[in-house]
Amino acid sequence: MTVQQISVFIENRRGRLAEATQALGMAGINIRALSLAETSDFGILRLIVDRPDQAKQVFAEQGFTVDKTDVVAVQVPDRPMGLAHILQILDEARIAVEYLYAFIERCGENAIIIFRFDDSRQAIASLQDRGVKVLAAEAVYGM
Amino acid sequence: MIWNDEFETLPREALASLQLKRLQHTLERVYARVPFYRQAFDQAGVRPEQIKRLEDLQRLPFTLKQDMRDNYPYGLFAVPLEQIVRLHASSGTTGKPTVVGYTRRDIDNWSELMARSFAAAGVARGDIIHNAYGYGLFTGGLGAHYGAEKLGAAVIPMSGGNTKKQIMIMQDFGSTVITCTPSYSLYLAEAAAEEGLDIRSFALRVGILGAEPWSESIRQEIEQKLNIKAIDIYGLSEILGPGVAIECIEAQNGLHFWEDHFIAEIIDPQSGEVVADGDEGELVITTITKEGIPMIRYRTRDITRLISEPCICGRSHRRLQRMSGRSDDMLIIRGVNVFPSQIESVLMQVEGVEPHYQLVVDREDNLDTLEVQVEVTEDIFSDEVRVLQELSERIRREIKSLLNITCKVRLVEPKTITRSEGKAKRVIDLRKM
Repeated sequence: MTVQQISVFIENRRGRLAEATQALGMAGINIRALSLAETSDFGILRLIVDRPDQAKQVFAEQGFTVDKTDVVAVQVPDRPMGLAHILQILDEARIAVEYLYAFIERCGENAIIIFRFDDSRQAIASLQDRGVKVLAAEAVYGM
Repeated sequence: MIWNDEFETLPREALASLQLKRLQHTLERVYARVPFYRQAFDQAGVRPEQIKRLEDLQRLPFTLKQDMRDNYPYGLFAVPLEQIVRLHASSGTTGKPTVVGYTRRDIDNWSELMARSFAAAGVARGDIIHNAYGYGLFTGGLGAHYGAEKLGAAVIPMSGGNTKKQIMIMQDFGSTVITCTPSYSLYLAEAAAEEGLDIRSFALRVGILGAEPWSESIRQEIEQKLNIKAIDIYGLSEILGPGVAIECIEAQNGLHFWEDHFIAEIIDPQSGEVVADGDEGELVITTITKEGIPMIRYRTRDITRLISEPCICGRSHRRLQRMSGRSDDMLIIRGVNVFPSQIESVLMQVEGVEPHYQLVVDREDNLDTLEVQVEVTEDIFSDEVRVLQELSERIRREIKSLLNITCKVRLVEPKTITRSEGKAKRVIDLRKM
């Protein structure tokens, strides 16, 4: 039930992020969601795309350092306390969240949150136990 | 003032014959007592008694820093250990340091040469010498200390660091002479200004500055900012420590090389041949009075030239032009010697780190800075910021603990580090010397 996320090392250098996203666009790859973690020296671009394997290859060919990691896409009701409820479940199950980011589903009632856990399997089990909808990879890629 | 009139103004011919006599004696001793030299001379097919003129020295092989490492710790000593009264070691090496040992007489000679050097810089009895060279394995602190006492001046054994206290002591004790690296002298001036103090109004009048390369424009800046005469001193632990050569305050033009204790040759670093008189090249030094660890044709890697014209100060000893660089890739960062290969070996110890790195040396607020740029390969890359930050912190800590250098580690994308002609350009030195 995990989704593949592409992460790219980006130096804090002018135009570097543009070059990265342009490389994807030229290959006809669509970005579903993204987040950029930044420090004073470098950034880590994290992407959910429609074709992860191909995206990884494109980045590697362009000389970027790239990695693929498993993340979990969770459907969250798009209303106050939606995310808080999910986090409470995780907290009760003592599951650590490394990071998360969100994207809003177009014309829908729900938001989708991408979670990076240390232990995805356990996290998925805990969430599903409590009736939280975890999205299949294909569903996310095809959005 | 000339400290030792007899020897410092010895006519050239007398100086040359004294050098030859002392050289022959040294060669006999090392041949008899140091297996390394016996083997090296035998290999070159030269016996000490065949050295009949100073030029014959050129027939002997060079001694390299690596030879000292290979003979660690005491292999090059020419006296039994019970005659050694002091041990020092060089700074900034990953593996074994290079060790030097001094007999009682070596310490006396060193003190004499440092006293001469102080006197040449215009320092005398009655002066208060603020010695900010590091005390310890490094030769700077104790070398200057003994020379100051021999001279009869009052020495304050400050050692390095603790800048605020340095400034307080300097002001309260009325220090008239400062011994430190050129960059530290400028740092002191700025730190004093930050405390609201004008270092120009202190009693300081002379700075004896060395242990790192500097330029004429830095000299002017130091003289202006500290209101002192800035004197260039040269030395290296393999030969003695500080006090191998120094500028005289009269000319401030070239460093008098104490030729009654050392022989200087200038060679082409590629061919190893001695260059024409007055030409630039690598300085090679032979010690001719040292007992503990005599050095025969030691390659200093420092680039300079010999000035033979007589000096207005009256000393007959020839002068070395201010060092203009190195014949190897050694960097001097805040007075600590660093080879890129040492950084490389630290990086190689960190799992996943490729030997793709670059060193950027700069100077901020008059202090040298080192940035180590490390390429992020897939082996070390992570989608978590924390993991990458821990990696750069680990590299920084390792470099600090092994090389005693504070640096900044910057993670960079692969292949952003220029590869030139198959050989990576490892060092970018942005310092304006």
